[in-house]
Amino acid sequence: MTDTREGHGLTRRRVLQDAARAAGGCAAAGLLLGLYAVEARELPAEALRPPGALPERDFLGACIRCGLCVRDCPYDTLSLAELGRDGAATGTPFFTARDVPCEMCDDIPCVAVCPTGALDPRLRNIDDARMGVAVLVDQEHCLNYLGLRCDVCYRVCPLVDEAITLERSHNTRTDSHAIFAPTVHADACTGCGKCEKSCVLPEAAIKVLPARLARAEAAEHYRLGWEEKEKAGAPLVDGLIDLPDRGFEPTLKLPATGGSQ
Amino acid sequence: MSVSAKTFAVAGTEAIAAKGWLGAHKYLILRRLSQAGFLGLFLLGPWFGLWIVKGNLTSSLTLDVLPLTDPLVLLQTFAAGHIPALTAVLGAAIVAAIYAMLGGRLYCSWVCPINPVTDLAHWLHMRLGLKKGWQPKRSTRYWVLAMVFAVSLATGTLAWELVNPVSMAHRAIIFGAGFAWMIVLIVFLFDLFVSRHGWCGHLCPVGAFYGLLNEKSVLRVSAIRRSACDNCMDCFAICPEAHVITPALRGTAGETPIITHRDCTACGRCIDVCSQDVFRFTHRFADRPERTDGPIEPLNAPTGAA
Repeated sequence: MTDTREGHGLTRRRVLQDAARAAGGCAAAGLLLGLYAVEARELPAEALRPPGALPERDFLGACIRCGLCVRDCPYDTLSLAELGRDGAATGTPFFTARDVPCEMCDDIPCVAVCPTGALDPRLRNIDDARMGVAVLVDQEHCLNYLGLRCDVCYRVCPLVDEAITLERSHNTRTDSHAIFAPTVHADACTGCGKCEKSCVLPEAAIKVLPARLARAEAAEHYRLGWEEKEKAGAPLVDGLIDLPDRGFEPTLKLPATGGSQ
Repeated sequence: MSVSAKTFAVAGTEAIAAKGWLGAHKYLILRRLSQAGFLGLFLLGPWFGLWIVKGNLTSSLTLDVLPLTDPLVLLQTFAAGHIPALTAVLGAAIVAAIYAMLGGRLYCSWVCPINPVTDLAHWLHMRLGLKKGWQPKRSTRYWVLAMVFAVSLATGTLAWELVNPVSMAHRAIIFGAGFAWMIVLIVFLFDLFVSRHGWCGHLCPVGAFYGLLNEKSVLRVSAIRRSACDNCMDCFAICPEAHVITPALRGTAGETPIITHRDCTACGRCIDVCSQDVFRFTHRFADRPERTDGPIEPLNAPTGAA
C-alpha cells in the first residue's frame, strides 16, 4: 500500500507500475486484435462488394459499417456481413451473385448514400463499376459448350455483346453443328452477377470472381509486336524480311524405319 | 456520520419508502425508455417501413437530410489511412458537438444498447452477492482507446469495429445478428462474474472517448442539497462510477456541489436512490449549494468512506 513515509519514490514507482501494467495488458490485447484484423481482411471469393467499392484493403479502412448502402439498394441485393456467418469483415456490405445479383441502377443509390466514400462517389456510370469479373469456370458442363443453345447468361447480360459475346466454332462431336461459346470480355464486364444468377445449371458454370482470381496480368516488359507496329505506324525494324508462311502439311515424309516391327 | 444499519441496506430502500417505487426509479425508467426509443427509431424502418432513421449507431441518415456519424468510428477511419467524404465528417462533427455540449457520457447511459446488458449483469452480480473481482484501473479504458487507434493505424482497418460490442449489438438487432450475440454474452458474463462494472466502468474505449467529450458539457448532476446528506451511502452503492460523487458530495464550503468528473454518465440513479433529495439534474453554472434546514455544509469529509 501507499506509504507516505517512503516519500515520492514509492508513489512514482506505483504510478509507473500501474501505467506499465495497463500499457502491457493493452499491448497484449492489441496484438490479438491486430491478428484478428489481419485475418478478417480475407474476403471470400463469393462475396462481392457493392459498385464503386475501393480496393479491399482501402475499403476496410473506409467503410464504417452503417448499412446505408444496404438500405438504399432497391433490390435488396446487399447485406451486412454477420459475425461468424458470412466470412466478410463483420458489418461490411457485400452480395452473393448467385443469390441476388446487382441490378446496376443508373443512379447508383448505394454509392450516392455512402457517407465515407468507401463506395467511391467518382463512379458516375454504372457500366464503369468493377465488382468482379465473370468467368466461365466449367466448360464441360456449360450447355452452350456442349453444343446446345442455352444462351441464358449471354441474354441476361446488361452489356450483351460487349461483356459477353457468343463465339462460334465448329462442333466436332456432331461435325455438322456449331458451338456458341459464351465468352466474357473483362474490359466490359462489371461483375454484376446476372449471368451467374441465371445460369440454368444447379451449380453455375459461369461465376463472378474477384478480379484477383479471375484475371491474369501481362508481364510488364511484354511488347506485342503487332500493337507496337500499329502505334509506330511502320515496322519497328527497317529492312525486316517477311518470309513466306509455311503450310500445315509436312513437306518432308520421314522414311519408315525397318527392322524390329 | 457513522456506518449504520442503513449503510448495509439495499441501495434505494429508504428512497422507495420516502418517494414510492416510481419516484425512486424515475430516471432508471426514463433511461430505459430512452434506450428503447433510440433503438426503436432505428427499427421503425426495417420493421414497419417507416424510414425516419436509416443506418445504425455508427452512421445514420435521419429524414434523408440529417447525417449523424459516430466520431470515434470516424477517427478510426482516419487512423486507418482513409480520408472520409464530407458527409461523414459533418455527421461526426454534429454528434461530437451535441455530446460535448450536453454531456458526452449521456451516450453511455441513455443511448448505448450495451448499457441494459451490463446493468442486468450488475443487478444479478449484486443479487448473487459476488465479489468485486478483477478491478483494473479506471484509466485502463484510455489505454484501450489508444490501443484501438494503434491497431487501426497498423492494420489499415477499423480495428475496434471488428469486436465493438456496442455497434455490434446495435447492428445485430437492426440488420441481423449472426454470432454477434456471443460478443454481447461475453460482456455480460465478464461483468457478472469477472469484474464488477468491468466493461463500462473500466475497459470500454467508446465510453472513454465519450468521457473525453464530457469535460466541458453543460448538463450535470449536482449534490445541490449536500447538507441534507445523511450518509446512507446509497448513491455510492448505486453509482457505476462512484468516484465521481465524492468531490461534489463531500466538498467543503466554496467547493462546487456539481459532479464535474468526466466519468459521470449522468444516469441519474443517485437522484433516484437518495431519500433526502440531495441530487438534482442541473447545469454546470449552477455551482452554489442550496441551503437546507440542516447545517449548511457537512462538517468534515469522512475518511476512506468511498
